[in-house]
Amino acid sequence: MNIEIKELVFAYPNGVLALEGVTVGIPTGSLVAIVGQNGAGKTTLVKHLNGLLRPTSGLVQIGDWDTRQRSVAELANRIGFIFQNPDDQLFCRTVKEEVQFGPRSLGFENDRIETLVEAALELTELHEKASQNPYDLSPAWRKMVALASILAMDTPIVVMDEPTTGQDAVSIERISRIVQSLHGSGKTVIAITHDIDFCAENFERMIVMRQGMVVLDGPIQEVVAEREMLASTYVEQPQITRLAKRLGFSTIVYKPDDFIRVLHDS
Amino acid sequence: MALIELKNLTYHYPLTNSPALQDLDLEVQEGEFLAIVGANGAGKSTLCYTISGFIPHFFKGELAGSVSVAGIDPTKAGLGEFVQKVGLVFQNPFNQISGSKFTVYEEIAFGLENLGIDPAEMRERVDEIIRLTRIEDLKDRSPYALSGGQQQRVALASILVMRPQILVLDEPTSQLDPIGSQEVFQVIKDMALQGMTIIMAEHKVEWVAEFADRILALSAGQAIKLGTPREVLGSPELPEHGIGISRYTQVARKALQAGLWPEKRSMPVTLDECVQGFQEIIA
Repeated sequence: MNIEIKELVFAYPNGVLALEGVTVGIPTGSLVAIVGQNGAGKTTLVKHLNGLLRPTSGLVQIGDWDTRQRSVAELANRIGFIFQNPDDQLFCRTVKEEVQFGPRSLGFENDRIETLVEAALELTELHEKASQNPYDLSPAWRKMVALASILAMDTPIVVMDEPTTGQDAVSIERISRIVQSLHGSGKTVIAITHDIDFCAENFERMIVMRQGMVVLDGPIQEVVAEREMLASTYVEQPQITRLAKRLGFSTIVYKPDDFIRVLHDS
Repeated sequence: MALIELKNLTYHYPLTNSPALQDLDLEVQEGEFLAIVGANGAGKSTLCYTISGFIPHFFKGELAGSVSVAGIDPTKAGLGEFVQKVGLVFQNPFNQISGSKFTVYEEIAFGLENLGIDPAEMRERVDEIIRLTRIEDLKDRSPYALSGGQQQRVALASILVMRPQILVLDEPTSQLDPIGSQEVFQVIKDMALQGMTIIMAEHKVEWVAEFADRILALSAGQAIKLGTPREVLGSPELPEHGIGISRYTQVARKALQAGLWPEKRSMPVTLDECVQGFQEIIA
C-alpha cells in the first residue's frame, strides 16, 4: 500500500507552522527512518498518516484513501501507530487483553485474532507476561506491549515513534528483529528515531527533517555522507561513519561488519 | 565522609519477593559525576529513587542496610528535607510536569515558589536556567504542548533552577536529538565542575564514556562493576549482563577476532581511543 504526501502544510491553531510543504512518496514494503532535531515536525508528519492530524493544505493519501475523507478508526485498518510514550496508548487490565483490543476493534474473526495475538506476543517476547497488568511492567516492557498491540492489528503499514528510547541493548536487538520480520512479510515500516546507529543498521531509506521541511531523502549510504546537512538539524553521522572518516577511508561505511571488511581489504 | 553513602543496601518494592537492589555498597564524593548503566530492570531507576528519597517515602516497600545522602537518613527524615538537597529529573518528563501551570516559564518557577524564594531572585534564576538549557523559544508555551525532547529540557531546567547539591537524572536525554543530548551532557558536566554532585542513569554509553568520572554497572539489582569509564565499559563481561557497548567497542572486538586490533591495547570506549588503535593497525 503506497503512501503519497503532497505539498503538506500543517499549522497549529495558534498559527505556528509545523510542516511547510512536505512532499514524500513511500512505496509498499519500504523501510524508512525519519530523523531530525526535536521540534522538526517528525511526529506531526506521521500523525497525518492515521488521521490524528489533518492537512491545513496539501494531500495525504494511504493507498486509494484521502485521509481527509476517512475517520481515524477507518485509517487504523491501514496504519498501525506506536506512540513515543506507551502510557498514551495502554489501558487494559492485562497485557493479553491489550494486545487483543486492536484486532477485535477491527472486527477480525476469533481464529484470526488468536493467531495474530500469539504471533505478536511471540515477537515481542511477552508470553510470560501475558496475564500481567501493563502498568506493573517497567516502562521498557510497556513499550513492548504497545508494539505488540499494534503488530496484532496486522496493518500493511506500521509507524513507530522513537521505538528505541529507554531500551537496553537486548531490547534494541529485539526491536531490530521485529522490524526485519515486518519487512520480510512485505509491510511498510516507518520509524522516527534519534538513534542514528540503529537507523543506519536497520533501515534502507532515510528522510531528514528540519524546521517543518524535508532536507534530505535517499538511501542510507547517501544520506549519512552529508555530515554538514545532518549537523544542521542536530543529527550526527553514525559512529562507524565517523570512525571511518577519521581513519581516512574513501568509502562511506556505517555498519561494524562493513568497516571490518574495508579495513581488511586496505 | 562521602556525600552519598550506601551500605549493604537491599530494597524490595511492596508485595514483591525478589529485591530490586541487593547488597549494594556505594560512596560518592562531592562534585563527582557518577553514571549508572544496566539492562532494563537492573535497578537503575530504583537507585535513583533511593538517592532522592522517593524510596521509601513515595514507593514504601522494605529498605534494609543504611543510606546517607548529604547527611540525611531517608528512613528518619521527611521528603521535605530532601527537596533542598537533592533534585530528581524523571525518566518520563510528562510525569514530572506539575499540571498546575500554563507556561514553561511558570513551570520552571514552580519549585522556587514552593521554597518561598523572593520573586526578583526567582525571575533571575529562571531566566538564567532558560538560557543555559536553550529553551528561550519555549518559555511562553504550555508545558504539555511540547515535543518529547522539548519537554525533557523543561524537566531538566525545572530541577536545575532549584540548585540542588545533588542532581539525580534518570535517562535525561532519552528523547533528545543527538546534538541536543550532547548539549545536555555538557550542561550537566559544567554543573559537576561547579561542585554539584551528579548521579545519572543512562543507556548512551558513548556519552557516558566521555563525560562521567565513574560508572556503576548494575545487573539484577547488584553492582557488577564500579570504576572509571575505561575500566567498566571496556570490560568483556558487560554484554553478558545485557549492557550495551558503544559501536567503537563493538567494532574493536570484531577487529580483534579478525586479528585487526593491536593485541596489547585495551578495548576502546571513545572515538579517539578507537581511532588510535586502528591507526596502529593501518600503519
